[in-house]
Amino acid sequence: MDAFLMQYIDPYYLRILVLIGINIILALGLNITTGVTGQLSMGHAGFMSLGAYTSAILSLQFAAPFWAALLCGALVAAFFGFLIGIPTLRLEGDYLAMVTIGFAEIVRVFFLNFEPGGKAVGLSGIPQNTTFGIVLLLVIIVIFFNARLLKSRLGRSMYAIRENEIAAEACGVNITRIKVLAFTIGAFLGGLGGALYAHYMFFIRPQDFAFMQSIELLNMVILGGMGSIPGTILGAIILTIAPELLRIVAEYRLLFYGALLVLLMIFRPNGLLGDVRIYDLRKRWMNKEVGA
Amino acid sequence: MLELKHISQEFGGLRALDEVNLIVNEGQIYGLIGPNGAGKTTLFNIITGIYQPTEGGVYFQGQKIDGNPPHQVARMGIGRTFQNIRLFAKLSVLDNVRVGSHAVTQAGLFGSILGLPVVRREEKQILHKSQTLLEMVGLQDKRWEYAENLSYGEQRRLEIARALALQPTLLLLDEPAAGMNATEKQELMSLIYYIQKEMKLTILLVEHDMNLVMSICERIAVLDYGRKIADGSPEQIKNDERVIQSYLGAPA
Ligand SMILES: Nc1ncnc2c1ncn2[C@@H]1O[C@H](COP(=O)(O)OP(=O)(O)OP(=O)(O)O)[C@@H](O)[C@H]1O
Ligand SMILES: [Mg+2]
Repeated sequence: MDAFLMQYIDPYYLRILVLIGINIILALGLNITTGVTGQLSMGHAGFMSLGAYTSAILSLQFAAPFWAALLCGALVAAFFGFLIGIPTLRLEGDYLAMVTIGFAEIVRVFFLNFEPGGKAVGLSGIPQNTTFGIVLLLVIIVIFFNARLLKSRLGRSMYAIRENEIAAEACGVNITRIKVLAFTIGAFLGGLGGALYAHYMFFIRPQDFAFMQSIELLNMVILGGMGSIPGTILGAIILTIAPELLRIVAEYRLLFYGALLVLLMIFRPNGLLGDVRIYDLRKRWMNKEVGA
Repeated sequence: MLELKHISQEFGGLRALDEVNLIVNEGQIYGLIGPNGAGKTTLFNIITGIYQPTEGGVYFQGQKIDGNPPHQVARMGIGRTFQNIRLFAKLSVLDNVRVGSHAVTQAGLFGSILGLPVVRREEKQILHKSQTLLEMVGLQDKRWEYAENLSYGEQRRLEIARALALQPTLLLLDEPAAGMNATEKQELMSLIYYIQKEMKLTILLVEHDMNLVMSICERIAVLDYGRKIADGSPEQIKNDERVIQSYLGAPA
C-alpha cells in the first residue's frame, strides 16, 4: 500500500501522515487516563518508551514477528501502567502529576543505563515494519474500540470519576478499580504507539521519550478537548503538523505554543471540541433535541 | 431495617455526633431534623461509608455495615442524594442516571469493546430503565442536556432519579427540597410518596421545611449538637418541649 501511495504522495507527507497516526494512538491512550477519567498523567512518554524498547529488543535480538513485538510492547507498558496505577490512586492533582513525571524519568534513566538497550546511544537498525497501511488500520481499530469503551458502562463510570468521585462511589463505582483500569488501558496504547514509533524511526534513544514528549501528548488531549475522541484526534493532527509548518521559524515554536494555549483558554476553555462525544452528538442530531 | 447503635463521630476535638441511636423500619418515611450543624449530614455520611464512626455500629438488614467502603454500601442497596448537589456536571442528564445503575449491571471491558450481545441487551435495559426514571421525575425532555444546565430544582430531582437507578431498598435524601419553590416542593412531596409506594422503599430524609417533614414523615428524629433529643410521630415532635426550645422555636 505504501509503495502504491508513494507514487502519488510525496514521502515527506506520507511520513507526516504516519506520525499523525502514531500520535493519535498515543493521545487516545492518554485521553482515557487524563481526559476521560480525570487523572492527570504527565508521564505518558514513559509508557511509550517501554513499548518502544521492548518491541525493538524483541525485533533485534529475538527476530520476533512484527505483530508479536507490537503486542508485547503494548503489554509490557500496560503492566507498568497497572503497577503505577495502584499507588497513585490515592493521590490527586499535583501529586499524581509529580509521580507520573517521576515514573517517566525513572524509565528514561533506566534505559540510559540499560546495556541491551544501547544505553545513551540507543538502538538502531530496528526493522522499519511500521507502514502507513498498518498505522491506518491500527488507528481505525483503536478509534473503534475506544468509542465502544467510552459509551459503555465502564466508560461512563470513568467520566463519572472525573466529574465527581464521591457521587460515583455512591453509585457503586469502585473508583480504585476503574482508575487502575484507565491507567492500564492508557499505558497499553502508549506502549503500542511507542512500538510503532520504534519500528518507523529506525533508531530510538532514551531522550526521545523525555518530559517534553509527555507534555506534547498532554497538549494534544487538552487542545482537542478532554475526554473527546474527535477532539483528541484533532489535537493530535494539529500538533503534529504545527511544528512542521513552524520549522522555518523554529525559534518561535514555544512562543507559538504559548500563544495557542492562551487563545484556547480564552475562547475554548474546554478544548477545541470541548466534550463533543460522537455518540452523544449523533443522538442529539437524530432526535433534534439539542438543548438551548 | 436500618439500625444505628451508639454512633459517635469526632472531627479533631469536635464531637459532631454523640451516642446516637436510631431505628428505621421497613417501608417507613423517616424524617431527620435539627438546626444547622447538628450532625445530620454527618450521620448520612456514616451510613453510606464515607466516614467510619469513631464509636458505634451501623446495621442494615441485620448486618453490620460500617467499615465498608461507600461503593460496597451502595451495592447493598443504599442510595442517596447530596445536600450540596453532586451531579456529573458535564455528562448528559441521561448519562447521570445511567451511571446510577452501575452497581446493578455487569458489563466488563472485553464484552463492552467487542459489543457482545449480552452487553447490548444490558445497555438496552439500562436505557429503558433510565428513561422510565427520568419520565417519573419529569426530566425525560431534558435527557440530552448537560446536568449542569438544569435548574436547581431539576438537579435535585435528577439526583433522586440517579439514586433510584441503583434499585435501592433504602433511600437517603439530604435536604431534597432545598432551593425549591412552593410548587416544586409540592411536586417533590408527591414524588417521594409515589416512589416509596411504587418501589417499596424505605426513606430517611433530612429536611428543614417543617411543613414537608410533618406531612410526609411517619416518624421523626431530632438532632441537636450531635445528640438525639427526641424521636416519635410528627404529633409528638411538634409538642415536645425540648424540640420546641432548641429548634422549632415558639409554637406556631
Ligand atoms: N469532614 C469534617 N471535618 C471536620 N468537621 C466536620 C466535617 N464534617 C462535618 N463537620 C462538622 O460537624 C458538624 C455537623 O455537620 P453536619 O454537616 O453533619 O451538619 P448538618 O446537620 O448536616 O447541618 P446543615 O443543616 O447545615 O446541613 C458541624 O459542626 C461541621 O462543621
Ligand atoms: Mg447537612
